[in-house]
Amino acid sequence: MERTIVYFAWVREQIGIGEERIVLPADVYTLADLVKLLAARGSGYALAFADLTKLRGALDMKMVPLNAMIGDAKEIAFFPPVTGG
Amino acid sequence: MRRVAVQFEPFDEGAELAALRADCVGGIASFTGIVRGDGGLVELHLDHYPSMTERALVALAETAIARWSLTGTTLIHRVGTLNPGDPIVFVGTASPHRAAALEACAFLIDRLKTDAPFWKRETFADGRREWVEARTSDNVAALRWG
Repeated sequence: MERTIVYFAWVREQIGIGEERIVLPADVYTLADLVKLLAARGSGYALAFADLTKLRGALDMKMVPLNAMIGDAKEIAFFPPVTGG
Repeated sequence: MRRVAVQFEPFDEGAELAALRADCVGGIASFTGIVRGDGGLVELHLDHYPSMTERALVALAETAIARWSLTGTTLIHRVGTLNPGDPIVFVGTASPHRAAALEACAFLIDRLKTDAPFWKRETFADGRREWVEARTSDNVAALRWG
């Protein structure tokens, strides 16, 4: 099953794209597993995912901790801590 | 009434307050956030997660309506490029009693800062461009509501 990953704010700027499609390998269960896989691509990905304390995630538009199971989620998002208001 | 909007355009606080007043309530509380121009800031850009933003605002509004028995609430957050002095966020709450309206308004503005997917990027007069970092004090303020 193909999933969509979306990036926002400086995560998007460092990676250089706002959205991509991915088929998850069988050993990727959580958002943290996916972060590790993406960071291994190097360059912008390694930069964006260098400090997990500054990274937040969402599954199907709901904020979740990085240890959350991806499960059947179709849309995965990575972004910095929010700064609206 | 429950009104939630994410928009590029400015909003009219007067019109928003009048709409809340149409419900004939006891009191209305409101908060308007204005872009500060300190530190040589010339431009503020608001990024957001479009499909999630409105959902997050609706969830906050519903929580406030249920918790404080509001007769109405309005949440408006602007996105795109703003300048110092521009209104950026509006929160309005209407209730038969003042304490509920005031508390719900404070709750909404505190939780907007931690629960809604917006990100600010500042541009300064000297050309520096930086994403705003989340503040611990904002998290503490949001946590006090449980």
